[in-house]
Amino acid sequence: MQNLIDNFFSYTITGLTIGAVYALVALGYTLVYGVLRLINFAHSEVFMYGTFAALWVVMILGGHPGAGVGQVIFWVAMMFVAAMAMSGLVAVLLERVAYRPLRKRNAPPLIALISAIGASFVLAEIMGLRSRIAGWVGLDDTLRDYVRNSRNNAGLPTIIQPQPIFTIGGYHVTNVDIFVIVGAIAIMVILDQFVKRSRLGRGIRAVAMDPEAAALMGVNRDRVIQVTFLVGGIMAGAAAVFYMLKIGITRYDAGFILGVKAFTAAVLGGIGNLRGALLGGFVLGLAENYGSAVVGSQWKDVVAFVLLVLILLFRPTGLLGESLGKARA
Amino acid sequence: MRSTLKFAVPLAVAALALGACGTKGGDTTTPAASGGAAACGNYKIGMFGALTGPNANLGIYIQNGVNLALDDYNKKHADCKVTLENYDSQGDPTQAPALAKKAIDDKKVVGIVGPAFSGESKAADPAFNEAGLVTITPSATNPALADNGWKTFFRALGNDATQGPAAAKYIKDTLKSTKTFVIDDASEYGKGLADIVRKDLGSQVVGNDTIQQKQTDFSASVTKVTSSGADALFFGGYSPEAAPLIKQLRDAGWKGTFVVADGVKDQSFIDNAKDAAEGTIITCPCVPPDVAPDFQSAYKAKYNEDPNTYSGEGYDSATILLDGIAAGKDRASMVDFVKAYDKKGVTKQLKFDAKGESADIKVFAYKVENGKIVSVGEIK
Repeated sequence: MQNLIDNFFSYTITGLTIGAVYALVALGYTLVYGVLRLINFAHSEVFMYGTFAALWVVMILGGHPGAGVGQVIFWVAMMFVAAMAMSGLVAVLLERVAYRPLRKRNAPPLIALISAIGASFVLAEIMGLRSRIAGWVGLDDTLRDYVRNSRNNAGLPTIIQPQPIFTIGGYHVTNVDIFVIVGAIAIMVILDQFVKRSRLGRGIRAVAMDPEAAALMGVNRDRVIQVTFLVGGIMAGAAAVFYMLKIGITRYDAGFILGVKAFTAAVLGGIGNLRGALLGGFVLGLAENYGSAVVGSQWKDVVAFVLLVLILLFRPTGLLGESLGKARA
Repeated sequence: MRSTLKFAVPLAVAALALGACGTKGGDTTTPAASGGAAACGNYKIGMFGALTGPNANLGIYIQNGVNLALDDYNKKHADCKVTLENYDSQGDPTQAPALAKKAIDDKKVVGIVGPAFSGESKAADPAFNEAGLVTITPSATNPALADNGWKTFFRALGNDATQGPAAAKYIKDTLKSTKTFVIDDASEYGKGLADIVRKDLGSQVVGNDTIQQKQTDFSASVTKVTSSGADALFFGGYSPEAAPLIKQLRDAGWKGTFVVADGVKDQSFIDNAKDAAEGTIITCPCVPPDVAPDFQSAYKAKYNEDPNTYSGEGYDSATILLDGIAAGKDRASMVDFVKAYDKKGVTKQLKFDAKGESADIKVFAYKVENGKIVSVGEIK
């Protein structure tokens, strides 16, 4: 406990940093749940593909430590482009292959849930077996650096050297911390405005509120669902870039734990509610760090899930309630 | 919508549990050679350890050594070859008992090199003991393994009861650390080792933490280490966690020395931690390759790289079993043969005491320099 009090700001800032990643991934769960009433369990893999895209693009561009500011900005920008494109693409493909055929046949929601879990395994294993897949198509030599040790960690070169910017309560807040927290909030504000103001955003809200009425009013439901998956994927891609900048190491199963955490964050904040996902992510990140400080790091997940259970006991719809379709966006 | 949620939460938990034991497939490596002459026993030896998965490198280094021993044997006994059977546990204790059963049911298997890790040894060795199938582990270092009275258990290297004190000694005497932080990964191996280091360092340990395997975000541990003012950190665990841990510590500006043990002596640690790995001290009861130049050159000729962690120990373990086969032993008589064995191997004098521990033990220190693991001498 003394440790937590002494290093309160250190635990807080680092908790907010990882919480920002949870929040961005949580948006994907929340958006899809909002329009489809479906938990897209494969969303964790959408995130994982983003981490690899971010890593690979830096490898292709020859990213290395100690480069100039302009160069670093270019690399980070390319990481965003690659990760968002990859995650968006995977999310849209996922919807096409794993969910749309079921929806067309009016399958019950539970079937879609099973399909989601299956898709999650398939996507993770494709990444985990990429060395063999490259071998089958005869590209294992060309792609050696990208596919070798495919079931092991893959590390990103430190392209941004963390530098203390200012000190708060004994903790040196670094450029990476600030970039991740501010960047994530900025992206969420943009998303919030997109859902609230744009035509497509209105479509998303309409389908979330009442799919049949929306269809009668001329909203193309399939298109709206596709856009929802795309937007969720893009958010996961952004999360993947922040994750790689902060953690720096990914693996074919890296999405799993993070996905469960992000789903927890979404439920915590009120699934279907965009601002709830943001709040849930930050609360979860903080709770994990404070819990680790007080009772030891091995209790990190226990603390997170106990918190979830407690909140659901007293507020079954989460902190902010379910509301994608309601007046607030 | 409430009802979907009711399904979803337990499902998330179930999926978590599933992920913990499943989700890993396997790149299998082809066994060395095939077949043998009809008249002979067609015996096999087993290689039990992680050959795929995040810890695969450690298993593959051993397997390379074992294959080299097999090549030597099969060259001499071309009319009656011995083949290698791989039992790929991925280093996962939950997969070990089923694989042990598979090995026991294959009557041609007369001995096992492995299990490579301590957790899987604890899970699989009772079955091997019951079946009377000899296991010689070239790498599992948890001391308690030898205390179970398993008559089939042999260990071709020093255990953590020698490695732990050696690591503590190095931290105290060579690094001259006065404030040491100790982290373990709650595994059979990592916790056992870290607890020995904690005990030996006594009051100079300024803080403790336990992480989980597969964890990637270590921000809470990083805060604990940096705020403790530690000048050295001992981590008991494996490289998949060691790499992100040291990377995040360096990112947070921690300047102390990172000390790890044999579970991290693996090139993938450096590949992933990159610059953050520089200066890391690795203790290991494994013998550096230049101690046995003949073995080093033979290994290099076959694999085009220097022998790595426990390659020599793997070679020695396999050689003992192959000598047994050459002496006409089968599964039942192999135990006594190994017990009485006393010959010079490539790593040390190969001889076991009553508990199956190696009689001749040395611990070495290694250091990460310019992206390579180099030996800095024996810890005496």
